[in-house]
Amino acid sequence: MTQIKIEHAKKVFGDAVVIPDLNITIKEGSLFTLLGPSGCGKTTLLRMIAGFNSIEGGDFYFGEKRINDSEPSKRNIGMVFQNYAIFPHLTVRENVEFGLKQRKLDKGVVRERAEKYLKLIQMEKFMDRKPEQLSGGQQQRVALARALAINPDVLLMDEPLSNLDAKLRVDMRQAIREIQREVGITTVYVTHDQEEAMAISDQIAVMKDGIVQQVGSPKSLYHRPANEFVASFIGRTNMLNAELKHNEQGLAELQLQNGFIVPYPRLNHLDDQQVRISIRPEDFIRVEDAASVDTFEVRIEDSVYLGLNTEYVVALTDKHHIQVTEESSFDEDLIVGDRVHLTVNTNKINVYCTDGLTNLSEVK
Amino acid sequence: MKQTKNTRRFRLDIWGIAGLVILVCYLLFLVYPVGNILKQSFYTSELGFSLEQFSKFFSMSYYSNTLFNSFKVSITATIFALIIGILLAYLFAMFDFKGKKFLRILIIIASMSAPFIGAYSWILLLGRSGVITSFLSNILGVQMPDIYGFSGIVLVFTLQLFPLIFLYVNGAFKSIDQSILEAAEGMGVTGISRFFKVVLPLLMPTVLAGALLVFMRAFSDFGTPMLIGEGYRTFPVLIYTEFISEVGGDAAFASALAVIAIVIALSIFMLQQIVSLRFAFSMNALHPVRTKKVSGIKKVLVYLASYGIVLTAVLPQLYLVYTSFQNTSGMVFQSGYSLNSYRAAFSRMGNSIFNTLRIPFFAIILVVLFAVFISYLAVRRRNAVTSTIDSLSMIPYIVPGTVLGIAYLTSYNTGIGGTGMLSITGTTMILVISFAVRRLPYTIRSSVASLHQISPSIEEAAQSLGSSKLNTFFKITVPMMMPGIIAGAILSWITMISELSTSILLYTVNTRTVTVAIYTEVIRGNYGIAAALSTILMIFTVLSLLLFMKVSGKDEISL
Repeated sequence: MTQIKIEHAKKVFGDAVVIPDLNITIKEGSLFTLLGPSGCGKTTLLRMIAGFNSIEGGDFYFGEKRINDSEPSKRNIGMVFQNYAIFPHLTVRENVEFGLKQRKLDKGVVRERAEKYLKLIQMEKFMDRKPEQLSGGQQQRVALARALAINPDVLLMDEPLSNLDAKLRVDMRQAIREIQREVGITTVYVTHDQEEAMAISDQIAVMKDGIVQQVGSPKSLYHRPANEFVASFIGRTNMLNAELKHNEQGLAELQLQNGFIVPYPRLNHLDDQQVRISIRPEDFIRVEDAASVDTFEVRIEDSVYLGLNTEYVVALTDKHHIQVTEESSFDEDLIVGDRVHLTVNTNKINVYCTDGLTNLSEVK
Repeated sequence: MKQTKNTRRFRLDIWGIAGLVILVCYLLFLVYPVGNILKQSFYTSELGFSLEQFSKFFSMSYYSNTLFNSFKVSITATIFALIIGILLAYLFAMFDFKGKKFLRILIIIASMSAPFIGAYSWILLLGRSGVITSFLSNILGVQMPDIYGFSGIVLVFTLQLFPLIFLYVNGAFKSIDQSILEAAEGMGVTGISRFFKVVLPLLMPTVLAGALLVFMRAFSDFGTPMLIGEGYRTFPVLIYTEFISEVGGDAAFASALAVIAIVIALSIFMLQQIVSLRFAFSMNALHPVRTKKVSGIKKVLVYLASYGIVLTAVLPQLYLVYTSFQNTSGMVFQSGYSLNSYRAAFSRMGNSIFNTLRIPFFAIILVVLFAVFISYLAVRRRNAVTSTIDSLSMIPYIVPGTVLGIAYLTSYNTGIGGTGMLSITGTTMILVISFAVRRLPYTIRSSVASLHQISPSIEEAAQSLGSSKLNTFFKITVPMMMPGIIAGAILSWITMISELSTSILLYTVNTRTVTVAIYTEVIRGNYGIAAALSTILMIFTVLSLLLFMKVSGKDEISL
């Protein structure tokens, strides 16, 4: 059980600064995900932790031990790669035993430990096969067993599921989650798939351009994104320009560009200003009886029926288009051109500065 | 996520030391001798720096004509080899007939044998007193055209080299999708017209690459024109005779000739690079071309053409096997059969058989060792030193065998720079090294290719499991590269045992190989011994090929 601590990490490739100054603390035993679009530096950071990339600045600690200058082979890590990286000339068992043999363990211990982990991933039946006879998912299981068998301090996983097909991906991520919990190993997981990150992680660090945008639990990332980038990267959202005002009673309100006013007392303490607000598609509520609450009128431009939900693209009176999601029902019959009334679930909206970098809704 | 591939700085770790050792070897055994040739061609102690040697060559048609002759035979042979090779590949790809596998193996055997052996056998068949010639003139009264000179060289080169075109084009046919042919048919283009309008353009990149390879081989071969050329002298013959006939005399002139040969080879090599870039496109066949059943007259023609071509190509080999069992006295074959030729071959040339196994064996070990390290350094640990090694290792591509032989002889006769250090002329070592240097580029290329197949993350996985870099190299990387390297090494081995142009210059009585022995026995007129040795060589080749097929798990050879 090892905590990972990274202070002021810096990575430079040639002239390009890929990671300027990065700080992260990963709790022991947790599954921590680095999430971001391609090129955000998440794999680079993982490879710095593993030791395959040089570190141009800062300190990396496993527990109390600074690991900056130790070789990858001395860091006691387990690593799982996107392309499995199974040794094709060795059998499944020999693959798992490879790391154990490097540790000069007793032969009996090597065998026993390899078998234990092969059982854990339910691959003991395939022990004496060559990797080429295994499917991608099976190979990745072997890679996981191989990484875990050496009792590493930390487990590093670099997009381990991206080469698998969609259904297997869901099964495998469940398996990874269960095994990680069972073994209780500190795990750093890299992915660009936000759904996968949400499903698997204790904590997620959202990265962009080598900078951590936000670290938090899946729930806090979804409901309180720290900035506009996180809000639109995790799930989908509508970003609208609005004006923060105070009414005669001194209560804060948000006035959308179509004139609709959302009471938002949470921001009473702020001055009047222009803001950006993030409203997720499911936080628009369609109201049949327009008289009961404040609503605004929209025109349906397009609809996509997805089974569980129906997604609508609707036009506001100011011609802006927004996305709205509603649980589908058997007797819905909205068609393009229909006019409906919407209101907003005020609890769940987020308000940002005009530059989108600061979440004003956060209670400080 | 892609990472910028950054060139590392040179470090004096285990890889740095390996790199330096390899670099020193290349400086000693490639840069020094080739540089020496360059120097000799421009600089003599009497004249100082001058272009004297070059003007001598170009001003006297006695010399410069050989260059013209070489171009003439090489171009003609290339054209014929293209026609026959493409025709055969087309028949193989388009039509269904029996014995394809057998024919393919025969073709590979034909391509693997030494060209001059073919030349010598054709003399036995079609020469002045050849069996076919005598048969035709005695029985039918038909006079065969003269086989010596231009036509004979072209005949031998064509039959020797069309298999290369065939193997190349046969491979390219596999990447043409059946649907392309069907699409052409759908638009009303069929048969011959489809071949010229659709198939041939698709094969063009391969055809060009093959053509240039064939041209280079024909241009640098010296045994064939030597035997069958008689008065028709080609450029490699000139280089050889100038060097051999005036030993100690005019090494400078021979060096100038060598430089001209290098320049020509370099130009062709560069032309090939440009052309292959220009014509490069990638194809991928989901459904390779399906062969069609043929019947009637067409069937007869298909069988006649395919079997006819292949049997003609292996005819000289087969005939040598036959004559090896005949009784002989000197150049004349007597009636009756015996193993006398073999007995004579073993008693007089026994050491050459042993040498043919021993010298290439040592060379192959060197080649594999160097190729593994060089390819690893060039691909995984790129820095100034390894890039230099990478470029140096490609030089033997453009240095013809005869030239390398001359370079070695003149450079190591009195040791490096006349110091007596490495005066290895006449030793086994000089042959081993020259063989290794000549074959290295090919093996490096194939091991670089197999290394590119190995994802770096496999090595990283090993390291993450606690394996040191060196341990990872030997336990993971090398075992994964091995199947490809072993297959490549066997092919290199086959080319080494049938090699003549370098060994004819470097051999001594003790280091004579079978090919050298065959050549000298042919020159001396001991046809029986030559035939026996050729048969033994062929057996070695066939056995090696079978081993290759077993190791690589395929009955095809890609070049």
